[in-house]
Amino acid sequence: MAPFIRIDRVSKRFGTFMAVNDVSLDIMKGEMFALLGGSGCGKTTLLRMLAGFESPSEGRIFIDGQDMAKIPPYERPVNMMFQSYALFPHMTVEANVGYGLKYEDISKAERAERVRAMLELVQLGAFAGRKPHQLSGGQRQRVALARALAKQPKLLLLDEPLAALDKKLREHTQFEIMSIQERMGITFVVVTHDQEEAMTLADRIAVMDKGVIRQVGPPADVYEHPNSSFVAGFIGSINMFDAEVTPGGAATTLDVPALGGEVRASAKDIEPGRKVKLAVRPEKIALSRERPADGNCFPGVVKDLGYFGKDSLFRVALASGALVKVNSVNSSRDGAARAADWGEKVWISFEPSAAIVLTD
Amino acid sequence: MGRERGALARWFDDRGWRQLVIGVPYLWLILFFLLPFIIVLAMSFARRADLSPPIAFLEYWPYLRWDNFERLISDTLYVRAFATSLWNAAIATLLCILIGYPMALGITRVSKSWRNLLLMLVILPFWTSFLLRVYAWMGLLGTNSWLNKSLTAMVNAVLPAEHALRSIPMMNSNFAVVLVMVYSYLPFMILPLYANLEKLDNTLNEAATDLGSKPWQVFKDVTLPLSIPGIVAGALLVFIPASGELIIPSLVGNAADPMIGRVISDEFSSARDWPMASAVAVALLLVLVVPMMIHSHFEKRAQERAEGRT
Repeated sequence: MAPFIRIDRVSKRFGTFMAVNDVSLDIMKGEMFALLGGSGCGKTTLLRMLAGFESPSEGRIFIDGQDMAKIPPYERPVNMMFQSYALFPHMTVEANVGYGLKYEDISKAERAERVRAMLELVQLGAFAGRKPHQLSGGQRQRVALARALAKQPKLLLLDEPLAALDKKLREHTQFEIMSIQERMGITFVVVTHDQEEAMTLADRIAVMDKGVIRQVGPPADVYEHPNSSFVAGFIGSINMFDAEVTPGGAATTLDVPALGGEVRASAKDIEPGRKVKLAVRPEKIALSRERPADGNCFPGVVKDLGYFGKDSLFRVALASGALVKVNSVNSSRDGAARAADWGEKVWISFEPSAAIVLTD
Repeated sequence: MGRERGALARWFDDRGWRQLVIGVPYLWLILFFLLPFIIVLAMSFARRADLSPPIAFLEYWPYLRWDNFERLISDTLYVRAFATSLWNAAIATLLCILIGYPMALGITRVSKSWRNLLLMLVILPFWTSFLLRVYAWMGLLGTNSWLNKSLTAMVNAVLPAEHALRSIPMMNSNFAVVLVMVYSYLPFMILPLYANLEKLDNTLNEAATDLGSKPWQVFKDVTLPLSIPGIVAGALLVFIPASGELIIPSLVGNAADPMIGRVISDEFSSARDWPMASAVAVALLLVLVVPMMIHSHFEKRAQERAEGRT
């Protein structure tokens, strides 16, 4: 299947600053795609180029097989939900949602019907006559979504769609957006700096940094198999140590001074002697009072303990002085059964398969 | 004595300083606006007399004469002067909107450094005496000026020879009055409009563009309706002083068709009819207060909108 959006070696310069640097990306029809990165990484510029507000300095963008170079924003089959929502303050909710249909060649009755259906979709039917300033933040967000969907675009762009909402509302809205996307079958491209938002919403994530895409893949892939220390550090929490590959047999062994010993990792062939980084997710590390029989295990002392209810975060100090973050689920209600307490001597251990070996 | 001063100091520390700060502008308004206005209002109900000051009230209850206001309505001089003033001011205001709006919008669409330069240029004429600039226009519009001569030549090039003009009569006409008023008051239109347009959120324009509107549709649907408060503010700043304008119609206007400022001035100085001049002034104030009230009504609504947003 041909990709629905093809971003072909696109760069964008502002003066001497490279906002987007030689990015190529294919996005499929009906996909929920997230551009994830910190501020200034170029994700918003890329989104604005898809909408047509910026034109690429180099490279080309195809949407549905059509070169977008000469197509102004008002003729693109693309609609955008702005981070600030950008609702028209002088228009009612109804007029806002219907604005995109104003210059479309459809009858008045059909327009009214589509606006009504959109308001129904976002459960704001009762608010049709209100002005934006009379709505709550969550309601405004839904008006913005309805307005962007009313034109039935082939592609919907969402710029930090949940950033202005509080935590409870975010979770709810997140699933609402996902269900709308599934029902309408529109391709969504979401820009976000929030990795949790990207992971739950998207089918695929592109992690961006300094105008470059560092990794593209499904959330689980990016999380469990980061291709660089940047991606590993950006997504989720991680322990990372300098290491060196030692000559070994079937499995790769690493010499990790910070852990004070050798670590077995089930990694692909990396030549011995190479300087690498060992990364282990906190939830992949087990904590025990007795030395475990198997796996990579190292002794340490519990330095910090953060209790979050469903889980706890331990920081274990090793002999080398290195601190290791360990996340353990509080599966028992009994306090005494907790893995460890402050100042207690413990063993940390992880499977060879949990060890991520990063070559950059 | 000591106790008294203590009480005064206590009052000052407690709430006196606030009352003083609030009181000063009120005192100013009472002394320099309300009091003179009451005097003018009272004078408008008197008649002219060979006294000093040259006014005389009715000798018996209610001591007020309505003669001046009756004359104001019945004498066509005053009615025509009012009509001319309001008409000239309205045309000047409309032209200021038509010329000033694109200029203000243009200033918001250029880079920061260009913006400051252009705003400076808008204000720059104020650095030269207003009177001098009106005299300059007299020179330009007069029949012997290079401007008039070159315009005449251009018109004559089109006209058949038998209708050839010797000059274009521009001076001493309402045309000249409106032209110079537009020139003089344009900054008062541009500045409030700029302040309004500059605050508008550009993402609203992007949103409208994104929803399929062409640039002129974006202007019509988003920019124009959101700039109405700026248009109203600018229009009042032009219309109010323009309708009472004295210097411009005196210097470049048609004496046979005077504006109301000229009438007030003539009544006071030449005719020495202070009561009649006062009546005209009171009537002018009423005519101007009405648009003011419309403005404050708009302001109040805008404020309510802004408050509702937070």
